[in-house]
Amino acid sequence: MDQILLSLMIFVPLLGMVVVFLLPNDREELIKRVALAFTLIPLILAVYLFIAYNKSTFNIQFPDSVVWIETFNINYHVGIDGLSVTLLLLTALLGPICVLASWRNIEKGLKAYMALFLLLETGMLGFFASLDLFLFFVFFELTLLPMYFLIGVWGGPRREYAAIKFFLYTLFGSVLMLVAIIAVYLNSNIINGVVEGVRTFDIPELIQRATVEGHALGDSGFQKWVFLGFFIGFAVKVPIFPFHTWLPDAHVEAPTAISVILAGVLLKMGTYGFVRINMAMFPEGLDYFTNGEGFIGHSLALLGFINIVYGSFCALAQTDFKKLVAYSSIGHMGFVILGLAARNAEGINGAVLQMFNHGVISAMLFLLVGVLYDRAHHREINGFGGLGNRMPIYTGITTLAFMASLGLPGLSGFIGEALSLFGAFQEFPLLTILSTIGIVVGAAYFLWTLQRVFLGALNPKYEELPEINRREILTLVPLGILTIVLGIWPNIAIDMFSESVTNLVNIIRPI
Amino acid sequence: MEPLKNIESLAYISPEIVLVVFAVVVIIFDLFVKDRESDWVAYLSLIGLGCSLLAIFVTNSLVDTNEPISLFLGMIRLDGFAIFFKILLLLATAATILFSLRSEELDVKLKGEYHALLLAITFGMFLMASSTNLLMIFISLETVSLTSYILAGFLTHSPRSSEAAFKYITYGAVASGTMLFGLSLLFGMAGTGDITQISSQIGTVLESGDVSALGVLIAITFILAGIGYKIASVPFHMWSPDVYEGAPIPITAFLSVASKAAGFALFLRFFYTGFGTPEILQSIDWGLLLAIVSALTMTVGNLAALPQRNVKRLLAYSSIAHGGYLLMGAVLLTPEGLGAIIFYLIVYLFMNLGAFYVVVLIANESGTEMIEGYRGLSSRAPYVAGAMAIFLFSLTGIPPFAGFFGKWLLFNAVISKGLYWLAFIGLLNSVVSLYYYARIIKAMYLESAEDTDIFSFSKSTLALLGVFVVPTILIGFLNIFYSLSGKITLQ
Repeated sequence: MDQILLSLMIFVPLLGMVVVFLLPNDREELIKRVALAFTLIPLILAVYLFIAYNKSTFNIQFPDSVVWIETFNINYHVGIDGLSVTLLLLTALLGPICVLASWRNIEKGLKAYMALFLLLETGMLGFFASLDLFLFFVFFELTLLPMYFLIGVWGGPRREYAAIKFFLYTLFGSVLMLVAIIAVYLNSNIINGVVEGVRTFDIPELIQRATVEGHALGDSGFQKWVFLGFFIGFAVKVPIFPFHTWLPDAHVEAPTAISVILAGVLLKMGTYGFVRINMAMFPEGLDYFTNGEGFIGHSLALLGFINIVYGSFCALAQTDFKKLVAYSSIGHMGFVILGLAARNAEGINGAVLQMFNHGVISAMLFLLVGVLYDRAHHREINGFGGLGNRMPIYTGITTLAFMASLGLPGLSGFIGEALSLFGAFQEFPLLTILSTIGIVVGAAYFLWTLQRVFLGALNPKYEELPEINRREILTLVPLGILTIVLGIWPNIAIDMFSESVTNLVNIIRPI
Repeated sequence: MEPLKNIESLAYISPEIVLVVFAVVVIIFDLFVKDRESDWVAYLSLIGLGCSLLAIFVTNSLVDTNEPISLFLGMIRLDGFAIFFKILLLLATAATILFSLRSEELDVKLKGEYHALLLAITFGMFLMASSTNLLMIFISLETVSLTSYILAGFLTHSPRSSEAAFKYITYGAVASGTMLFGLSLLFGMAGTGDITQISSQIGTVLESGDVSALGVLIAITFILAGIGYKIASVPFHMWSPDVYEGAPIPITAFLSVASKAAGFALFLRFFYTGFGTPEILQSIDWGLLLAIVSALTMTVGNLAALPQRNVKRLLAYSSIAHGGYLLMGAVLLTPEGLGAIIFYLIVYLFMNLGAFYVVVLIANESGTEMIEGYRGLSSRAPYVAGAMAIFLFSLTGIPPFAGFFGKWLLFNAVISKGLYWLAFIGLLNSVVSLYYYARIIKAMYLESAEDTDIFSFSKSTLALLGVFVVPTILIGFLNIFYSLSGKITLQ
């Protein structure tokens, strides 16, 4: 039973897609309920996996392996460790929330929308669970198609541009990754220039082989450029400066629920892949780009720093609410990069926690923007004012999300960022100190936005603006609770992956 | 094994004999059909193809895959490679006939000739896939070329079609003339037309100093011109966009798949069998030359496809690009490369024919081949739009569709020999190609038409669409295709 649990979770949404597809077009209520049901099942399974996961070891748990393409030794191999189970929970949690968030505001082609969303969910869940490099890539790419349509068909006025830009950028990144994957595969059975055994795509196996003395995978020259191939693929997804320009466009044009998925899960695919492949498989490459001389030797930390500062200042300049949140995402993902670049337990633990927290908080922020947009049909920050009186509950939840995002101690955003910075400070103190500018600017734009939207005199146009409704509150409450709980008691999350992180640190810094 | 003599060989070419017999029967039968609208000629041709397929399976049981049989005193050869291509070509011809049945642009008066020509061209392609003699190579190539000139010009009322045929014949004549010259040079130097012996013969004469390496280079380059023309590789590709645009859509589909596949069969056999031991030609880096041709072919094809508004012409350029991808597999004459080409051709057969089938259907309904005709297709004909999206994504090489797995095998073959730069160019080309394929998808899904009538298609039309969609989705997941493509070898 345990063996198929993970596969069940991955493919239930796919089954849901087929079921939704077979329903009649005009039964919209039914379609929504079925879609909700098919996203709730993975959530239940994810919660079960989260509870059943044995935290005291870093070993892969709930593994399942089926031969897929025998000729090339490609297997359908899935399994979880502390890192993936955390992100699977995040993905599964955002699934039903996004279906609920799409309850009223999808005006055309609801059936296709839900079907594509379910396909997207399968892609994301499969990505986080896969342990075979080929499968990993297939799931990675599988998220592209539904995303293209979800932005392109249901997005805002410039949706066509945003959708194709997203598609081209990500595809460009992933073809570089594909070259690297093939190179890894072809070198996977060469030790000291002699072929030994069979080639493999199996990720744990590859990680193990890379540590073998004289193995082609462990060659530092090879590691450097393969590291780069994977890195660019993931960097586009995160997005890391200068590959970030698709993100504001995609976010602004995407419908609310899709922005939530984009910020909440898709960006994490980049950093997750970085941890899973770049860090674990190519420690030599990592060493070259994080622990070397000059700019190249600190390039990862520098990129993290640029993301933080650049993203925050861009956010400060925005007058479009959604664009502001989008740029703040770039800034907050910078902390993840900075924490990972530190290559120590604090930094990586902080980065992984920040991945989860950012998923929760940015999801809240995008949902909140969506709530306002559904009512006022615009997102111009300066066009509001004084909404605090008109929509007190909405204002309260927004304030919570803002505070969590700007890193107020006691809320979850603080812990992840602080740990990342602790880790980073041990390695590159100057960059870390400079990066805190991002936190200050973050506080500035969030508080300023709070002031412009909720305080002051109420714009007379919005005197009749209805308060946030029960369905919308339902989508926000679980996320709000998580930010508070994880802010007070972050160990629930950290304990899940700390063993896996320790193991990773042991690979990166062999004693 | 000794080559079989003429009479003994007949049993092994029963698929070819069946095709010729049916071509004749179709012409005679057509004389007695009163109702010009009736489709019996087409059905009869399909029966002919079916019988030929059966005959292929019978001959397949006669040969041992490890022990190919030489027929007609070494003129042609029956092996797993030839049998694979014959099946592939038969499927392509059958699809073409089925498309023609549904296409409204073909003249009903000429049905008999049209189908007889299709059977004849298939016969020619069968020979292309199995020739092992320079003379036979040329004859089979000419059989196919001459027939395709006529087929390209089959729309007698359309000046574009006549232009296509004229351009085709002009280019074709030059290319085959050049090739014939190359073949005669090679024959003169080697003293034999048998490609299984050419390599050692050339080696001997090169060693003795009777001929120079330059002479061999020139001869082979000339031969490459003829083959390059057939597979539309740069710089011999110029004819193809005009011909593809002017020819009837089913014929365009046929040329872009079957003709290209047959060209590749000939190319592969000529190089793998004739020059599989490249040490005799060390003075020239053949791999590099082919790699450059491959890179240019895909880049030119993709860049030229970018501005196209006519979907048929766009697919024409895209099929040039796919010729470039396929060439990647041939660059180093490795078994992996051969397997990758074979796998890709299977995938390409389904996805490219499928895309052209949609072009046929839309041309029938909206009367246009332009991208504008695809606007709002997702609501006017959701199944057709969905199928087209799948074909196009597969052509781009996006998982989980079969095109991705095909490309992956090709890149794998290239990278395994260290040609990273070629793989890199190929992958960048895939990104470029997404842009123009996505324009059609954009028109279908993101734009709406002024005219919102629903297109209605019969069940059988949609079922035929399914025949192309299902393999395009599934082939990548089925182990059998990987092991099949790995098994086919050339000696």
